[in-house]
Amino acid sequence: MNHQVRVRDIVNELECEVAAGAGWLDNQVSFGYSSDLLSDVMAGAGQGDVWVTVQIHQNIVAVASLTGVSAIIVAGGANPAHETVLKADEEGIPLLTTAKPSFEVSGMLYLMGIRGRVKK
Amino acid sequence: MRLEYHVVGRDFQAAGGAAAKIKRTLRQIGIDAETARRVGIVAYEAEMNIVIHAYRGTVGIDILPERVNIYADDEGPGISDIALAMQVGYSTAPEDIREMGFGAGLGLPNMKRYSDELEVESQVGSGTSIRAVINLPTKEGS
Ligand SMILES: Nc1ncnc2c1ncn2[C@@H]1O[C@H](COP(=O)(O)OP(=O)(O)OP(=O)(O)O)[C@@H](O)[C@H]1O
Ligand SMILES: [Mg+2]
Repeated sequence: MNHQVRVRDIVNELECEVAAGAGWLDNQVSFGYSSDLLSDVMAGAGQGDVWVTVQIHQNIVAVASLTGVSAIIVAGGANPAHETVLKADEEGIPLLTTAKPSFEVSGMLYLMGIRGRVKK
Repeated sequence: MRLEYHVVGRDFQAAGGAAAKIKRTLRQIGIDAETARRVGIVAYEAEMNIVIHAYRGTVGIDILPERVNIYADDEGPGISDIALAMQVGYSTAPEDIREMGFGAGLGLPNMKRYSDELEVESQVGSGTSIRAVINLPTKEGS
């Protein structure tokens, strides 16, 4: 495990915008997962993971809440759809956005001590 | 105890809602997080397959003392080769839906992986039925 990274630390370190779920920035981060294929995220992401994606439509919130991720980071400067923001607030999932591309975001998370989940 | 939800083809706004409610209810009645998560994943993939590939259907669960039964029944085109559909990467999802991140061909493999038993039955031109079983952990925690 990493030294107790919280979503708030990621917001600060990566200078992300918080588009939704601002009340849940104290969520603890366990591992990281980067993917834009929703069923791949369902298979691979786990409780507490920070999930990096370029998808912005509202179904990412369902995927996030079912897998129990601690936050979604929308990379590459895409703007989440309005319904996505509403749903993320409703479900209590931090939705962070950044202009940095996925690769950059994942690298910065790694440098913060966040590792990929080893598949069982 | 039974929960059942209607699912409408191509309704991406409601999509995932049935699985989310199922998972939430399981947690509320005291089912452990890992089991609720597995049921949620199987129900989600079944629900999304109705949204993406079928016209309409129902997704539900029966909660029994020792297991959770998940079922999904739809009216739709059906699946002609189930063994092929079960393979990782096989998908007939159209391009516009792939752009949303669906169509990796991982849904049925996920259902298989996260359930203890899975049955897929289908009639081409009529519809598809999914039956999955997830056993509850034994009290001793084994
Ligand atoms: N309910 C269904 N009705 C008709 N065809 C289905 C149904 N469920 C699955 N299929 C067929 O089986 C294929 C594989 O399904 P699977 O869920 O594994 O992948 P997918 O839905 O295409 O992509 P993903 O689930 O990764 O988003 C589908 O592309 C489709 O051809
Ligand atoms: Mg699918």
